Amino acid sequence: MNHNTDVIIIGAGPVGLFAIFELGLLNLQCHLIDNLDKVGGQCSELYPEKPIYDIPSRVKISGQELTDELMKQVKVFNPVFHLNQQAEKIEKSSDLLWNITTSAGNIISAKCIVIAAGVGSFVPRKPPIENIEKYENTSVFYSVRDKKIFKRKRILIAGGGDSALDWANDLSSIADVTLMHRRKEFRAAPKTVSKMLNLEKENRIKFILGQLSSVQGSEEQQLNIEYKDNEKKNLLKVDFFLPFYGLKMELGPIANWGLNLYENQIVVDTEKFETSEPSIFAIGDINTYPGKLKLILSGFHEAALMAQKCFSYCYPDKKNVFRYTTSSKDLQKKLGV
Amino acid sequence: MGTIFVKDREGNSHKLRADAGSTIMEIIRDAGLEIEAACGGCCACATCHVYVEKNWLNKLKTRDEEENSMLDQAFYVANTSRLCCQLEFDEKIDGIELTLAPE
Repeated sequence: MNHNTDVIIIGAGPVGLFAIFELGLLNLQCHLIDNLDKVGGQCSELYPEKPIYDIPSRVKISGQELTDELMKQVKVFNPVFHLNQQAEKIEKSSDLLWNITTSAGNIISAKCIVIAAGVGSFVPRKPPIENIEKYENTSVFYSVRDKKIFKRKRILIAGGGDSALDWANDLSSIADVTLMHRRKEFRAAPKTVSKMLNLEKENRIKFILGQLSSVQGSEEQQLNIEYKDNEKKNLLKVDFFLPFYGLKMELGPIANWGLNLYENQIVVDTEKFETSEPSIFAIGDINTYPGKLKLILSGFHEAALMAQKCFSYCYPDKKNVFRYTTSSKDLQKKLGV
Repeated sequence: MGTIFVKDREGNSHKLRADAGSTIMEIIRDAGLEIEAACGGCCACATCHVYVEKNWLNKLKTRDEEENSMLDQAFYVANTSRLCCQLEFDEKIDGIELTLAPE
């Protein structure tokens, strides 16, 4: 699908979300792209429950609360979210317009791009096993798209979190499921864990203690999986292997967009937080400049200054008068207060 | 001030200066060795995984449930595995020997 907007924000973490606010005050409309299935970035994926103590005026706030509050703050600006997809390709369609294509096939056009991608996008953590990539998407899957292919097959699921246990429970009704984890304790939701333990009791899920050591294909299109329980080696033959070892962050396609990088971070100036490419900005943990501190509050500041420059790209003929939300009738109207 | 010894993934040994009050992860990261430590040290990822030389294990406070549960996302976890953002350097572990776990 094709979309048109003023600014595309890559990354819906706290800094990307606050950028909607600063851009919104200047009448700039935003579309956001994030590879997670939810907004909040690291705050909601890595530490939703963990307290943050250095957000100005908030003595203590959890990652999830901060995300929820930011979403409330920006709601009035009607941002459009494209979740579960990565910004893949960037092209200049004219002097003043960028096109970004996402991994879900959306094409979004905008005058400015703001990269607020933190440490990068969240992608599945792949086991560091030799040759595993040979079997990816044929017999090794890091996510489940089409359950039907598993019907009446032998499946090994590895991991001890929600994804591993949810899929073990779910697929046990149509397939021969073995769950492997390094200990018989799980960090999944208690309800999910007890369901899994019940299914194990009923022999509908096999549980094995162990850690993966190698994966080999065979001619009969099955996988020979070697695993270790302490030092004891064991072999398991299955049709499919689903490793669920959580997510990790990586810069991804942005690394190849031709921007100046320094140690995997995007170099920006400290006046506009613009990259080496005019009208592409980088704010928050993803950027670097002399004295950079990776704090959420630094990202908020960077968002405000970036927005000023975006305004001049989007409205080259208009004068931007700096105003306060406390006193400006115009800004208060935009905020609906 | 003290010292820690870190073996990297190529098998090279490094002698690093260590200050009390820093975590082992910070010491390794600030020395420029390859350690990802993606979450910055709040025990929310498993990318600062190290193996502690056996003789030093009992000088460390044991893993808590949070660390153990993050280790579920690591590979090749052993009895000597620790997430080194959870290990604070002090004089009791001056000279500790560690090996970076494979990525």
